[in-house]
Amino acid sequence: MTPHPELGQFLAQRQTRRAFLGRTSQGVGALALASLLNPTVLSAAAAAASKSKWTGVVTPLDYPQKAKRVIWLSMAGGPSHLETFDYKPKLAKMHGEPMPQSFTEGKQIAQLQGQKLICFGPQHGFKKFGRNGTEICELFPQIGSVIDDICLIRSMTTEAINHDPAHMFMNTGSQIAGRPSMGAWTTYGLGSESEDLPGFVVLTSLGKGGQNQPIAARQWAAGLLPSRFQGVHLRGKGDPVLYLSTPAGVTHAQQKDVVDVINAINAKYDTIVDDPEISTRIVQYEMAFKMQTSVPALMDIKSEGAKTLELYGCQPGDGSFASNCLLARRLAERGVRFIQLYHKDWDHHGGLKEGIAFKAQEIDRACMALITDLKQRGMLDDTLIVWAGEFGRTPMSQGGDGRDHHNAGFSIWMCGGGVKPGIVYGATDELGYSAIENPADVHDLHATMLRLLGIEHKKLSVKFQGLDVRLTGIAGDTIEGILA
Amino acid sequence: MEKLKYLLAAGCGCLGLFLASPATGVEKISYNRDIRPILSDNCFHCHGPDQKTRKGKFRLDVREDAVAKGAIVPGKPQESELITRIFGLHQAEPMPPLEAHKTVTTAQKELLRRWIGAGAKYEKHWAYVPPVKPSTPSGRNPVDLLVGQRLRELGLKPSPRADRRTLARRLYFDLVGLPPAPGDVEAFVQDKSPGAVSRLADKLLASPRFGERMAIGWLDVVRFADTIGYHSDNPRNVWPYRDYVIKAFNGNMPFDQFTREQLAGDLLPNSSREQKVASAFNRLLLSTEEGGAQAKDYEARMLTDRVRAVSSVWLGETIGCAQCHDHKFDPIKQRDFYALGAFFADIEEASIGRREPGLLLPDEKQAEELKHLEEAVARAQKAYDAPRPEWLAAYTSWQKEQADAVLQERRWKALKPVTAVSAGGSELKVEKDRSVLAGGKKAASDTYTLSFTNGLREVVGLRVETLPHDTLPGRGPGRAEDGGFVLTEVVATIRRLDLTTNLISFNLARADFVQGQATGTTSDPAWSAASVIGRHLQGDAIGWAILPQTNQAHQLVLGLSAPVTLQPGDSLSLELKQNHPDYALGHFRIGVTTNTEALQGPLRFPPPAEIAALLLIPAEQRNEKQKEQLFTHFKSVAPETAEARQQLADARKAKDDFEPTIPRCLVSVTNATPRTVRVLPRGNFLLETGDIVQPALPAYLASFDKKTDGRRLNRLDLANWLVSRENPLTARVVMNRVWKQFFGLGLSRVVDDLGAQGELPPNQPLLDWLACEFMDSGWDLKHMTRLIVTSDTYQQTSVSSKKLRARDPLNRELAVQSRWRLDAELVRDNALAVSGLLVEKLGGPSVKPYQPEGYWENLNFPVRSYDTSVGEDQYRRGLYVWWQRSYLHPSLLAFDAPTREECAAERNRSNIPQQALVLLNDPTYVEASRSLAVRMLKEGGADTKSRLTWAWRQVLSRAPRPEEVKAIQPLLDKQLAEYRCNTAAAQALLKIGQSLPPQDADPAELAAWTNIARVILNLHETITRS
Repeated sequence: MTPHPELGQFLAQRQTRRAFLGRTSQGVGALALASLLNPTVLSAAAAAASKSKWTGVVTPLDYPQKAKRVIWLSMAGGPSHLETFDYKPKLAKMHGEPMPQSFTEGKQIAQLQGQKLICFGPQHGFKKFGRNGTEICELFPQIGSVIDDICLIRSMTTEAINHDPAHMFMNTGSQIAGRPSMGAWTTYGLGSESEDLPGFVVLTSLGKGGQNQPIAARQWAAGLLPSRFQGVHLRGKGDPVLYLSTPAGVTHAQQKDVVDVINAINAKYDTIVDDPEISTRIVQYEMAFKMQTSVPALMDIKSEGAKTLELYGCQPGDGSFASNCLLARRLAERGVRFIQLYHKDWDHHGGLKEGIAFKAQEIDRACMALITDLKQRGMLDDTLIVWAGEFGRTPMSQGGDGRDHHNAGFSIWMCGGGVKPGIVYGATDELGYSAIENPADVHDLHATMLRLLGIEHKKLSVKFQGLDVRLTGIAGDTIEGILA
Repeated sequence: MEKLKYLLAAGCGCLGLFLASPATGVEKISYNRDIRPILSDNCFHCHGPDQKTRKGKFRLDVREDAVAKGAIVPGKPQESELITRIFGLHQAEPMPPLEAHKTVTTAQKELLRRWIGAGAKYEKHWAYVPPVKPSTPSGRNPVDLLVGQRLRELGLKPSPRADRRTLARRLYFDLVGLPPAPGDVEAFVQDKSPGAVSRLADKLLASPRFGERMAIGWLDVVRFADTIGYHSDNPRNVWPYRDYVIKAFNGNMPFDQFTREQLAGDLLPNSSREQKVASAFNRLLLSTEEGGAQAKDYEARMLTDRVRAVSSVWLGETIGCAQCHDHKFDPIKQRDFYALGAFFADIEEASIGRREPGLLLPDEKQAEELKHLEEAVARAQKAYDAPRPEWLAAYTSWQKEQADAVLQERRWKALKPVTAVSAGGSELKVEKDRSVLAGGKKAASDTYTLSFTNGLREVVGLRVETLPHDTLPGRGPGRAEDGGFVLTEVVATIRRLDLTTNLISFNLARADFVQGQATGTTSDPAWSAASVIGRHLQGDAIGWAILPQTNQAHQLVLGLSAPVTLQPGDSLSLELKQNHPDYALGHFRIGVTTNTEALQGPLRFPPPAEIAALLLIPAEQRNEKQKEQLFTHFKSVAPETAEARQQLADARKAKDDFEPTIPRCLVSVTNATPRTVRVLPRGNFLLETGDIVQPALPAYLASFDKKTDGRRLNRLDLANWLVSRENPLTARVVMNRVWKQFFGLGLSRVVDDLGAQGELPPNQPLLDWLACEFMDSGWDLKHMTRLIVTSDTYQQTSVSSKKLRARDPLNRELAVQSRWRLDAELVRDNALAVSGLLVEKLGGPSVKPYQPEGYWENLNFPVRSYDTSVGEDQYRRGLYVWWQRSYLHPSLLAFDAPTREECAAERNRSNIPQQALVLLNDPTYVEASRSLAVRMLKEGGADTKSRLTWAWRQVLSRAPRPEEVKAIQPLLDKQLAEYRCNTAAAQALLKIGQSLPPQDADPAELAAWTNIARVILNLHETITRS
């Protein structure tokens, strides 16, 4: 038997009887029990089990599953809540006046350290939308048109205040590199419904200008979980998956012939050395070959009707956020468990007024289209959409035309998959500095997301360096107020 | 597959008990082996070392406490509350509490009951007790003796020895990370004399490839990478450290010295350059260049990063957990954490921002050249500094001139334009210093119109200063490609409130410099100052111009025929016409004067304000410093000193140009005033209320409180303690990791945690013997490696039996060898080696193999391009690949190479589709396949069978099996037929990679064989160490 580090992590769970009998799928759990009584059953089961796909460690589910999948829209750079979803008339009144010290004392500040803090009023007007007259920025009329489907949270907080650590915190619940990303946790917990695509897929889009935030691959890494749970980055240019194309001069059919012979010789080798890793290897070559067909088919949005393309406002091959929203729907349809989109130009230290307007154009229609499209296909009910930056921005001016990073209060929204539609949850103070009503932090957000997926966040853990590592660290409370 | 492992793991939990613990009552219960893991995992979180989270005011990790509280009544389990609660007999409050989501198994409960029944004996945690060397009779390898002892106890038998071919491959992969050549295997198979293994081991231990192989694991654990990690993830200079590590392994540097040099190489007496490079270890952490990063924040991050590093590299402890609180499971105090961090508070570094370039590391030739250049600078400097009478004379007149210029300048006042408009569509921007900067669109000819409303009184002169600027070609002042401009005409008009206009006439035009003047020839009237006011004399193409004196300021002075005064409401409109095609002004400022003297005399620019102030102090009243400053300035501008100045500048430039070609490395430099280190409550850097701590060894480990006479402990003290006999951990940690390299799993399974949550090694005597022998041998790594690989245990077959696998699924007891997929770097090395592409060169800057285009597109600040290595560097070993932390090379990443953002003592060994995609489609492997195919055709004989035999021997060190040949033959025939019909496709395949296929090759044949080679390089056996 091959000693295997991945095994270690599972081995570590032996301490709990629940992990042993409960978290394996029921059939295998029973088998495992049988193997205790008669260890030779174990290796007989091995060959069969190695070919089956991963179905997750959370069986049965801890809660009824409201969301089967997640589409997470990451607005990298930190969108200003004050020009998107959190209207502060008082701040407008105090524009140009010193920021009252009572709001800022003892708080983390990024680039405004040691500078004079001046109130900076909202740079765009707000309008009422939907049944409840929810006020959002007039730059987002399309999102406004579906506001009755959206659960707006105006009281988010986070621990980090620089981009990189804040992204890590938002994605992994930790500011230390090497922890699994939430998509990895989700596929580890639930597996994927897709037969020929990875369970966790990441799409990045380049805006039409501006400053694109660097995003490290660690943001979708499996960290201390086995590598199979890592997010696979689908790229807009070149091979959508790295090394997906066959080499020049090798046809698809020839590649198939090559893979078949590799698998045949490997299978023969297995009969000699009897190593379960070999059957896994064979399965992975089959999967890789399948991906060489399934991924290009997925990426080809030309097959969508003109009406759909118009709804999203995208063209095939434009690599836009809108295209990625459409791809997200296609991935969701194909059973992918966790889909994460990055839109990367929200770091408005300066030129905020124009910058936000520019970015609003890139995402407003696309977000509406994604919600509308999922809804008309009956998929919104079991798909959870999350729109969130890694932090918000200061009510204080930076350089007279921008805002600095801000972590004490900002806005995100969720939609579909078991959240209450058409509500506003929580609030910041009258200047939009701190979340004061129903504050929610990143761990709470993760706990809530897992709850909607049917998982108790305190139970989904893995041993690492002696600790039960969890997405939510040692904190996190479900945000009960937004559960439908 | 994971499901399978899950299942195996689950099964193994019980098997583990079956093997190692006395559930059946046969063996005595050991607190360390049987009880502590249960208590640690289930109880210590609330009843353990951390006072802050302790509940019920008692702890279970200290016997006296547990007994005093009645949790444990030794000998009487039924009276012990621990038992009643864990067995759920205490209805109200069972333990562990439900909300902890912990479950104690029946077998574990039974163990606890029996343990208390037997008197509840506690033991100090095994790893905190210094190892004792079990005595072993001479004549047999102690490794085999201690493994054998354990196997006998368990009723297991060792497996037979592996065949020679397997053994050769195993030794090569484990010791040098490369496959043996067919001849090497043959020689080893033929060597029937005793000691063959030992001789092969010695040969491999002496190979320079040994250090490269050993370095891989070390570079993981110290998190060596070429980039800083956070946000922009920019490069830094550290590769010489990698080479230091390789050389240290090759030279068999004693591990204690290796430790001292890395932690404190800079503090060693008369430290050598290599020792300073070693101290780069302290600089390998993550850093940031993100704007808005707070210094205190990153100071805290860097401290914790280093504590985590030292604790995982040497101590195998998770001290990092004590950043925010006392450790939950080990007796590590939060104070220990910060006191350990304080050892590094002396290291000079910026908390945020760009890393410094680091220590220059010239080779002999470069050192000589550098010395030569430095001497030239010194000579030029000396010449420049030497007193010279002729300079003193010039200095006197210069002071006078400059004082005049200062006075002259004061007669001018810069005007801020109210509007500035370009007829040609350029953007004119008024700067803070009242100057106007042109940008944007460039018209062939242009007129700038500026208006002024300041209440000007009695103006007699107007001045146009043209100024250099970074945004202009050649720094301007013009917008022409050569930095020049031509000012054709200046027209000034006064617009009165009553809408009348007055054209102002000029009677004088002078400039400090006129084009043509520099050549010494008569100045060309075409470019004269006068041309701007005498329109009737000129065509459109001429005007005031200054070439070749770009990149400096000039001035044009115009005298008014009559003084002008602006009444309130009046405005002055100034048109600057520029009709010479493409020669518009770039940067300029308008000034006025009311003093006719300002129009007279030489036109000079005054020195900078600081110097101007000095000039106005009467010479005799200037102090020494002022005199010095003034003279220095004179020398920096005066024409008389130009030659000496130029020589100095040239010498400096030659040195500055040469320096970047010399390697550099970040190193540790100690600062006499270390940073203050405080305990940060809950790890929060904003709270400066915690106690200030001094460097101190972890109190729970160090009985080592040697008197230091009040001297502050430093990194060398820390290093000395880490490798001292008093420290129970280091030797065990290192041997545990070394063992993993040769058996796939540590003797204690969690290689980065030997603490309470780690695992008591099933064969502790073996680990302790290795640790003691390691220290006794003078920390001799090659000695230990030789001992391990020459043992019978190492040489067993890796083909297990179903029965054995069922008894010991993880092979913890070593009744058989293990098999595993090669590490990422070795997957690459193997393909390059067997195909003949590998370039065996030791060390040097990191290299960049082919990488998919756009892979770095998400990096920014700045946007990054990937410059693929050309030639030799394309074919270097995997450990030399550029380690970009946020985007590690995707083919290494696919095979589980860690990003090295954190210390990684352990790699995943996954089996995922991306690995298939890499081996099938990455140009590195396609090129290697083609290269292998070329050799098969050339060296493998004429027929298919002999070619395949050659390839199998080359790649797998054995002959192909008949069914393998049978599987290949139809593929070969089919591909050959297909490529015969499509030569273009064949040629496209052969073109992949930088190296060229032989010109005389038959493209269809070579392409078909290339695909056969791809099959071989993709085989599971090819990438497996067995």
